[in-house]
Amino acid sequence: MAPLLEIKNLRAAVGDQEILKGINLVVNVGEVHAIMGPNGSGKSTLAQVIAGHPAYTVTGGEIWYGGADLTELEPEERAQAGVFLAFQYPVEIPGVTNAYFLRAAYNELRKARGLEEMDPIDFVDHLEEKLKIVEWGPEIMKRAVNAGFSGGEKKRNEILQMAVLEPKLALLDETDSGLDIDALRIVANGVNALKRPDNAFVLVTHYQRLLNHIVPDFVHVLADGQIVKSGGKELALELEAKGYEWLTGSAEALA
Amino acid sequence: MIEPYVRQFEAAATATGGSRAPDWLTGLRRGAIDRFRRMGFPTTKDEEWRFTSVAPIARGGFAPSTSAGPLALADLAPFLFGHPEWPRLVFVDGQFASSLSGGAVIPGLTATTLAEALANDPLFVERHFGRHVRPEETPFTALNTALAKDGAVIRVTKGTEIPVPVHVVFVSSASVDGVVSHPRIIVVAEEQARCQVVESYVSLSNRTRYWTNAVAEVSMGAGSWVEHGRIQRESEAAYHIGFTHVNQARDSHYRSFSLAMGAAIARHNLHTRLGAMNTEALLYGLYIGRGDQLIDTHTTIYHDEPNCRSWEVYKGVLDERAHGVFNGKIFVKPEAQKTDAKQTNRTLLLSDSARVDTKPQLEIFADDVKCTHGATIGNLEPMALFYCQSRGIPADAARRLLTHAFAAEVLNEVTSEPIRTALNQVVHERLGVAW
Repeated sequence: MAPLLEIKNLRAAVGDQEILKGINLVVNVGEVHAIMGPNGSGKSTLAQVIAGHPAYTVTGGEIWYGGADLTELEPEERAQAGVFLAFQYPVEIPGVTNAYFLRAAYNELRKARGLEEMDPIDFVDHLEEKLKIVEWGPEIMKRAVNAGFSGGEKKRNEILQMAVLEPKLALLDETDSGLDIDALRIVANGVNALKRPDNAFVLVTHYQRLLNHIVPDFVHVLADGQIVKSGGKELALELEAKGYEWLTGSAEALA
Repeated sequence: MIEPYVRQFEAAATATGGSRAPDWLTGLRRGAIDRFRRMGFPTTKDEEWRFTSVAPIARGGFAPSTSAGPLALADLAPFLFGHPEWPRLVFVDGQFASSLSGGAVIPGLTATTLAEALANDPLFVERHFGRHVRPEETPFTALNTALAKDGAVIRVTKGTEIPVPVHVVFVSSASVDGVVSHPRIIVVAEEQARCQVVESYVSLSNRTRYWTNAVAEVSMGAGSWVEHGRIQRESEAAYHIGFTHVNQARDSHYRSFSLAMGAAIARHNLHTRLGAMNTEALLYGLYIGRGDQLIDTHTTIYHDEPNCRSWEVYKGVLDERAHGVFNGKIFVKPEAQKTDAKQTNRTLLLSDSARVDTKPQLEIFADDVKCTHGATIGNLEPMALFYCQSRGIPADAARRLLTHAFAAEVLNEVTSEPIRTALNQVVHERLGVAW
């Protein structure tokens, strides 16, 4: 079976500054990959480029996803095709309720797949089980999207969106950063609950602690825009013990 | 440019008003037309009208309607917030339409026409007509004072709470071009009274060329609460000038919302005087322009006394070649210590040709005050756009969603749920968002 995601020699830049310098990565359905690396290594950029962030220009290489070249698609087309990025810094949208936003997004995905839109009442039912995944009651749906949310609430909201939109390829960009232990547990449980044989997760993280809760099949270390080492879950433990220095040549410890 | 209005005044004075009008009113009107004759229409050399040329109005040769178009209540349905039972006064092309007016009779509330109020309680009208705005304040208020044939008088007696909004509707019947009306609105909330009053300026056609020259005077007694809405959805070929003057007594709370999205040239001045201790004024406004519309708002808040608070948020959404003007004055007198005033003006420009001129003007003569202002002009936040797109919402729909969200922050301050919902709907439709 063809891989879900196949990245070949990907290069990307912000303005004149090249950040990704030839990334190769294969992700199959049913797998969980962790992308680790020191600050500035390009790991968040990789996730954002896959999702189509407009600040980055792909300067070389390919991103194949389910038989299509992702770089040819608009961000919304990528989402409609099943790509989801949980943002490191989720955006606040005052004036739009969580309920409206989620239903609008969900219906866009349904429309793109030739399905009928779901009306607000059916959507409430659909939401009920999704809210349980992030241990929230329905009142969160009346609040404006991320507006005035705490850091932990924002990350939970990303997981809720992911639960509703049921992506095939979920990219989590430092979803664990800045979370207290409870929020981390909720986020991790969310991911574990949504893991299926027909989807895949790519976790971008600076720290090993998330991987205590979500066990990756593969760990990749990114440094200066390239994957410098790949291995199994034990690589994360090794990184925790030794830091990144032995791989990157620069001194940065893991917390 | 001025003479036609003077002739209209003379004609009206000899036709009906002359014999029936009380002396004070005749004198007031006579003084006002003289004043208008001396001042003429303002030009852009006048600082107050720098960005807003009223030359098309001055040249327009407008005359009052001779016969109001035949309207049915069904024609008004889109403007009544789904509540035709609310107390309502309807004016068609400036003339009172009794068959379209009505609604609930509520104890403690008087909602009548100016003509009726003059007949029934002339002393009451005398105490409030031309008392909260000086007729000579601007040529437009002078002209309105001279020529206001009719209008609405709303009075809420001491201690009464009116449970539903009172609606005053000025509708253009769209039958002919060139009509002018000078509506006059008087709102009096006596001590401890509470009420919501909404003025709507609407048109049955978006192409009729007419001119509305409105003046509203609001008098608030001690401890009263008034929510005052102003919905300006004139024809986009029309001209709209409006002056609103509010006088607040001790412990009163004035709350206003304004939606301005009609007229080729629209200008609204909102002045509120916090004339006693512990008063509060909350001003929320939204202007939406497209095509070649010019929408101008001037607000003035007078902090005359200590311990008062004003809070003002005006937002604009301008597309195509639309031009917005916002001027926000706040005057704090030396004795107005502990003043807390905040003014915010934010405008979203949806096209490269749209523009806004925004000017905060704070004159503070007290030293122990908290006064802030901020103005932003910009485009949609690129990260918010990407966030929506990354959730599958196409760029166009995302832009409309975010634009509406920007506007909704103001609309959501409207306390009446049916009005809030209706205005959200109107704005959604205007911005092309399916809700």
